[in-house]
Amino acid sequence: MNAVIDLREIHKTYHTGDVDVHAVRGVSLGIQKGEFVAIMGASGSGKSTLMNIIGCLDRPTQGHYLLDGTDVSELDRDELADIRNQKIGFVFQGFNLLSRTSALENVELPMLYVQRRPHGREQREMSLRALEIVGLADRADHHPNQLSGGQQQRVAIARALVNQPALLLADEPTGNLDSQTSIEIMGVFQKLNESGITIVMVTHELDIAHYTKRMVVMRDGRIVSDTLVEKRLKAQDELAALREAQQAVQLAP
Amino acid sequence: MTRVLATLKMALRALRRNKLRTILTMLGMIIGVAAVIAMVGIGNGAKSQVEAQIASLGQNVILVFSGSISRTGVRSGWGGAPTLTVEDAEAIQREVPSVTVISPEVRSYTQTAAGNENWYTQVLGESADYFTIRQWPIVDGASFTEQDVRSANKVAVVGQTVAQTLYPGEDPVGQIIRIKNAPFIIVGVLYSKGLSVFGQDQDDVVIIPYTSAMKRLFGTANPRVINVQAASPALLLPAQEQITQLLRQRHRIAPDHDDDFTVRNQQEIADAATATSKTMTWLLASIACVSLVVGGIGIMNIMLVSVTERTREIGIRMAVGARGNDILLQFLTEAVTLSVIGGAVGIGLGLGVSKLISAKMHWPTLTPVIWIGAAFAVSAAVGIFFGFYPARKASRLDPIDALRYE
Repeated sequence: MNAVIDLREIHKTYHTGDVDVHAVRGVSLGIQKGEFVAIMGASGSGKSTLMNIIGCLDRPTQGHYLLDGTDVSELDRDELADIRNQKIGFVFQGFNLLSRTSALENVELPMLYVQRRPHGREQREMSLRALEIVGLADRADHHPNQLSGGQQQRVAIARALVNQPALLLADEPTGNLDSQTSIEIMGVFQKLNESGITIVMVTHELDIAHYTKRMVVMRDGRIVSDTLVEKRLKAQDELAALREAQQAVQLAP
Repeated sequence: MTRVLATLKMALRALRRNKLRTILTMLGMIIGVAAVIAMVGIGNGAKSQVEAQIASLGQNVILVFSGSISRTGVRSGWGGAPTLTVEDAEAIQREVPSVTVISPEVRSYTQTAAGNENWYTQVLGESADYFTIRQWPIVDGASFTEQDVRSANKVAVVGQTVAQTLYPGEDPVGQIIRIKNAPFIIVGVLYSKGLSVFGQDQDDVVIIPYTSAMKRLFGTANPRVINVQAASPALLLPAQEQITQLLRQRHRIAPDHDDDFTVRNQQEIADAATATSKTMTWLLASIACVSLVVGGIGIMNIMLVSVTERTREIGIRMAVGARGNDILLQFLTEAVTLSVIGGAVGIGLGLGVSKLISAKMHWPTLTPVIWIGAAFAVSAAVGIFFGFYPARKASRLDPIDALRYE
């Protein structure tokens, strides 16, 4: 129907030497427009492999993957690159910003590879707007080494948003951040989700998963549970509570 | 267009990031291209000088050398046998219509003296028309006349070197020069011609009527060479043919026998001389090309290092939608930018070195524009050729592996 992601019996097998590694063994998953899904699991559970397939960085060895209605499991390298460019925004654990390049230019990066490129000025405006959404418009000309971890992750989110993708994919987006910054980033995601963007996030932190709407748990390459999040946390409330606690011990003004 | 511009901007930025490395890599190209340009400049300069000197032999000149003789299988060189006579020369003048003037020539190196000075120099016996044939103006005094030749008068025209050596600070015209102790009166001083094709000082010469040289100095009746001037370039070959026919007839050479003389025109002599300098130019340029290849390998090396270092960047770019070709183009542009900037600087440096050489060593240098264009094109080609492999390697990376690369 309105599924952004429609995975049908996805298998992924790696050949390392003589041994075949079944990283994903028959995963079927549908994610509708406007959902906010956390994929969880221990390391080796196949969640990263699944994420790479969802992100069109990798192709399944078996099964079909319909992204926004098109079957992408049979596309070649160039076509996958175009899909990544147009339909998917990536946020990584390690931020993956280009060093010695300003925040604005980092955000402009995906637009360099649009087949019909917008003009320079239009590009700037779109990038600035994306930075505004994540609240970093005033840091547009800072380089990554002049930004804190949380700010760098916001730049990465702005970069993921700039081509207005149908899907935002985040791979352990809070893995390198402290707890308060993690909640801030989750706040950004919640805000984006409320504005209608579909988000799929891989995490191994249960408390972070509680900011999402749906939890999918994987083990040994299979989905073992798929539940809606009942006691959903709101980043705004959590941040307020945290600030109160900090004020109590005079950590914050 | 904006895409090309953006790629170029990206390449320039990447190169600026590692300035020292960029400059060192370019240095390979700079030295290679500069070497080619300088070598070509020197080689071509030498060639043009040779051509100018050949032209200074005169216009439409044909040289008739007395023959080589072959006795019991041993052949002497040109002029080895006294086969030409003054009568031959006169016959050429008389009977070959396309010939304007001639000058039978005898030459010898001998001691000359004036006052307290003495000098070992070349004495040429020529006709009065020699100065016309060689297009060699007299700057002081006048040439000897046909009357002087007929009467075998003891008159001489001297070159600049002789004039300056024997008569330092004086006007030689009207003075006495003793050639093999025979006194000659100097009637004129020649314009300075400088070095010949073969490095001889052409101004180190005394020219006297050939009759005087034959009768009074060298005791010979056979000119070694007859200088002949044809009326126009188009008449050079017919004149050569006619001279050959005439001399064979005069020397009574049977149809199945070889000539006992040799007829050469100026062009043939020029071709032989420029062939040498052309070979030299190519030799120098090909040695210089080796350094271009070395420069190219330097670029390839650095680009491979750069691809490895920036694997993560490549992964990021691929993740946000760069196609393989985008990455290929990016790295290729970097390599070509390196080589083209290196090439441009090298051209400048090469031209500078050429200028310096011609200023300091008094060698003429000449760099044809086509070589500058070619050097530029070749440096771009070097960039493409040596940049392609690293760029393709980058474009074939797997995005997942590239992103995970530490």
